[in-house]
Amino acid sequence: MNIRKDRRFFEEKLIKGIMRFCALLLAGLLILIVTTIAVKGFSALNLSMLVNTAKGGFYLGKEGGILHAIIGSFCIAGGATCLAFFISTPIVLYINVYRKKRSKLAELIRFAFNVLWGIPSIVYGAFGFTCMLFLGLKASLLAGILVITLVEIPILARGIDEVVQHVPIEITQAALSLGATTGETAWKVVIRQILPGIITAMLLAFGRGIGDAAAVLFTAGFSDYIPESLMQPVATLPLVIFFQLGTPFPSVQNRAYASAFILTLLVLSISLMARFFSKKLSRHRIDHM
Amino acid sequence: MEKLRLFKNRIGTLLMKTLSFTVLLLLFAMGTGLFLRSQALLADKPISDLLFSSAWRPSAGEYGYLTFIFGTLMVTLYALLIAVPFSICAAVYLSEYAKKRTRDFFKSVIDILASIPSVIFGLWGVLIIVPMVKEIGSVLFGASSTGYSLLSAALVLAVMILPFIIHIVLEVLQTISVSLREAALAMGATSWQAIKHVVLRKALPGIIAACGLGLARAFGETMAVMMVAGNIAQISISPFEPTYTLPALIANNYGEMFSIPLYDSALMFAAFILFAIILLFNIISWIVFYRVKRRL
Repeated sequence: MNIRKDRRFFEEKLIKGIMRFCALLLAGLLILIVTTIAVKGFSALNLSMLVNTAKGGFYLGKEGGILHAIIGSFCIAGGATCLAFFISTPIVLYINVYRKKRSKLAELIRFAFNVLWGIPSIVYGAFGFTCMLFLGLKASLLAGILVITLVEIPILARGIDEVVQHVPIEITQAALSLGATTGETAWKVVIRQILPGIITAMLLAFGRGIGDAAAVLFTAGFSDYIPESLMQPVATLPLVIFFQLGTPFPSVQNRAYASAFILTLLVLSISLMARFFSKKLSRHRIDHM
Repeated sequence: MEKLRLFKNRIGTLLMKTLSFTVLLLLFAMGTGLFLRSQALLADKPISDLLFSSAWRPSAGEYGYLTFIFGTLMVTLYALLIAVPFSICAAVYLSEYAKKRTRDFFKSVIDILASIPSVIFGLWGVLIIVPMVKEIGSVLFGASSTGYSLLSAALVLAVMILPFIIHIVLEVLQTISVSLREAALAMGATSWQAIKHVVLRKALPGIIAACGLGLARAFGETMAVMMVAGNIAQISISPFEPTYTLPALIANNYGEMFSIPLYDSALMFAAFILFAIILLFNIISWIVFYRVKRRL
């Protein structure tokens, strides 16, 4: 009896130790990745990289910076996040406020968002490319924004949907019983409740948009200057990193590390900001009535 | 005034309804768009030749996808073998043993890890994983490898899908009711016995669904894999040999797409294969996932 019992507790301890180790390793991996990039990138970083665009022979080790790529990434991710917001918010409000609780259509649309969320960005890129050929568009900022919009829609919609589902049904009912139409309930009452959630989701989608490389590869083209119109090709930060790393020159590769450091910094601060907003802004939310 | 409000409401509803249906159509449009683009190739060659031939010589008009499909499968398989046990352990620990504060902390870690762009993972792979694999290969197995290999790609990919699988497994575990655990504990089971015999058994379909979603995610990962896999088309199961995946094929060759006849069509067909496989895995996994959630 005693031996059996000992074995049981030994097994318990052993398994628990292994599992805890796995969880700790996860945090270790994150620290390892961030410090690797930070150590390699910080030493290669200098100010002129941040305030200049690529000059001739930039990828051969000559003068220049990556300002154009930083601005390009912001333009693409910013534009796409705005567009995605205007597409996904109405849909999410529709399936939550307009449809009944166990609506088949709502479930189907949620399912479609889940599936779209799992489609890799390279497929979005290829699809965007076929659309561009169909419409006669050239690789440009506009095409890049449109494709990233498609990538971001499911991310944003899933994020917002999760928050909307937590809005108590009583709030909707109260609004409706006061004589508000469904539209007024959705756009004037429910949306105020989920505003923090929307901002968090938008920041997360923005972060994804900035880091995406495979989808813009086909559609946004590549350039060495800051785009002046929607029809010009544009460089993005991930692609600049990728191309710089692909050169055989150590000095250019060093710049890739520095660019990667900047990208990591951007994405991490966006992610932390999203976390901050979701905590800060949800303080005044009504959860139960 | 009253009429105007109702009219506005009706128009709004109609617009929102249309928009919702458009999103449903998007999946369909993606499939058809890619399929139509690959028609030129499919009209020229029988589909069995394309899928079961390993000869990829665009200049000679030969397009065989077997090597790339094989490479993608191998990378995905290795990555899952590494990531799945690891993520189940981590998820079970966080869900069953960890205090709420620890769990919340690790949830943030998972979210941050998931938000890192794939290019950064790729660069990290080049800096850390590739030299490591090279060393391991030469010291332990005597394999002369550049380090840009199947194993490197699988390791980087495993790290990338970890947060993803853990997130879903965690969600599945949290839906299992506490009373089930309490019942097992009340019968004198240790926590681990309760987990092994009750919780994990109950969560198994959900965990399998999570693995399916992880598989789909791994299958389509492009940049990070492309940066560390070596990109040499060959059929080899040795983890220290370079490999070439379907997404990398598309991303590497988009530049010369129009210089060779049928090449653009061939790359779009590659994207279509990816789309079809990932769609299939996604749909099956989500159906399983929904079933599990409803039953619990």
